[in-house]
Amino acid sequence: MDPDGAKNIATALAIGLGAIGPGIGIGIIGGGAMQALGRNPEAESVIRTSMILAIAFAEAVAIYALVIALIIKFT
Amino acid sequence: MLHISIKAETLFSLWGFPITNSILASWVLLVIFLVFSLYFARNFDKKKSTLVFFVLFMVNGLYSMYQSILKENTKKFFPLLASFFLYILLSNWLGLLPGVGSVTYKTAEPEVAHIEVEKIVETDAREEVVEDNHGVVEDKAVEKEGIETQTHTNEEVHETPPIPILRAATADLNMTLALGVIAFILIQYYGIAFVGFAGYAKKFLNFSNPISFFTGILEIISEFSKIISFAFRLFGNIFAGEVLLAVVAFLVPVLASFPFLLLEIFVGFIQGLVFSMLFAVFLSMAIAKHH
Repeated sequence: MDPDGAKNIATALAIGLGAIGPGIGIGIIGGGAMQALGRNPEAESVIRTSMILAIAFAEAVAIYALVIALIIKFT
Repeated sequence: MLHISIKAETLFSLWGFPITNSILASWVLLVIFLVFSLYFARNFDKKKSTLVFFVLFMVNGLYSMYQSILKENTKKFFPLLASFFLYILLSNWLGLLPGVGSVTYKTAEPEVAHIEVEKIVETDAREEVVEDNHGVVEDKAVEKEGIETQTHTNEEVHETPPIPILRAATADLNMTLALGVIAFILIQYYGIAFVGFAGYAKKFLNFSNPISFFTGILEIISEFSKIISFAFRLFGNIFAGEVLLAVVAFLVPVLASFPFLLLEIFVGFIQGLVFSMLFAVFLSMAIAKHH
């Protein structure tokens, strides 16, 4: 295979596969936060803060995949 | 095609130490910090101004946020955590200012290399003529020149594009790795200082039964993975943000990058918050007494 083509496929696979897990995770976190909000609407500010933090942690996994993809692409 | 570099580029070297554009940006930030804090300290005792109230309001908000994690130890760790937070936050936002990525600086080196190549090619051609006349004697010299020409043409192929003068300090892996290592060392230091060496080491080396021995090994691995997760989370978010902005501005030059700019301001804030919150959580875990 042409090395450039292989590089492009590797980049796409790295970020594409790496985005699956965090996507599911963020969905679960968002759903959980909505349920908590429905049960206890006056705790909105606390729920929002901890939801954003948890989403940032889940997103970090996608960011690792993105870093790998960028390293493959640009080096 | 747009130029994206995953590592910070060297602008010039000072006594053999390469000064990259992200080091320059972190120095700029340091100077801004120093000037601002001196100004704040000078104005603190005087009649309360809007600025003093605003800073106190923000510091108070940060304090109550850390207090929810660290409880009664907040006073001891607050300066450390807040300076981590503010430095990361302003460093992320510095990279979003107009002109930080776009003001570039062209190094003169590639042009010099280019001229040399031409000269050598000329001499090479002459040598070949000479070789035709004299035969075997000049052969070695010509071969040598040929190799040199090869290397010079290689240099010419890798011609450096103009490099930006400033680059957000946290968009450089060296910087985030340094922050991660500092955080890691401080976590270990405070863990030992609060629990005592024997008590702290018991978390990692426990021979009482096989299960706790293996969980100790896992604890050691997770301890070192903190550095990597700290470093890559921050670097990845900020660098990916810069790449995103560059790509959007490349595709649609006018106005399209504005919502992404707002997103990046939010992400810069969240990442500063996440770094210092995680640091606080790890500290509170390290200084807690185990049974």
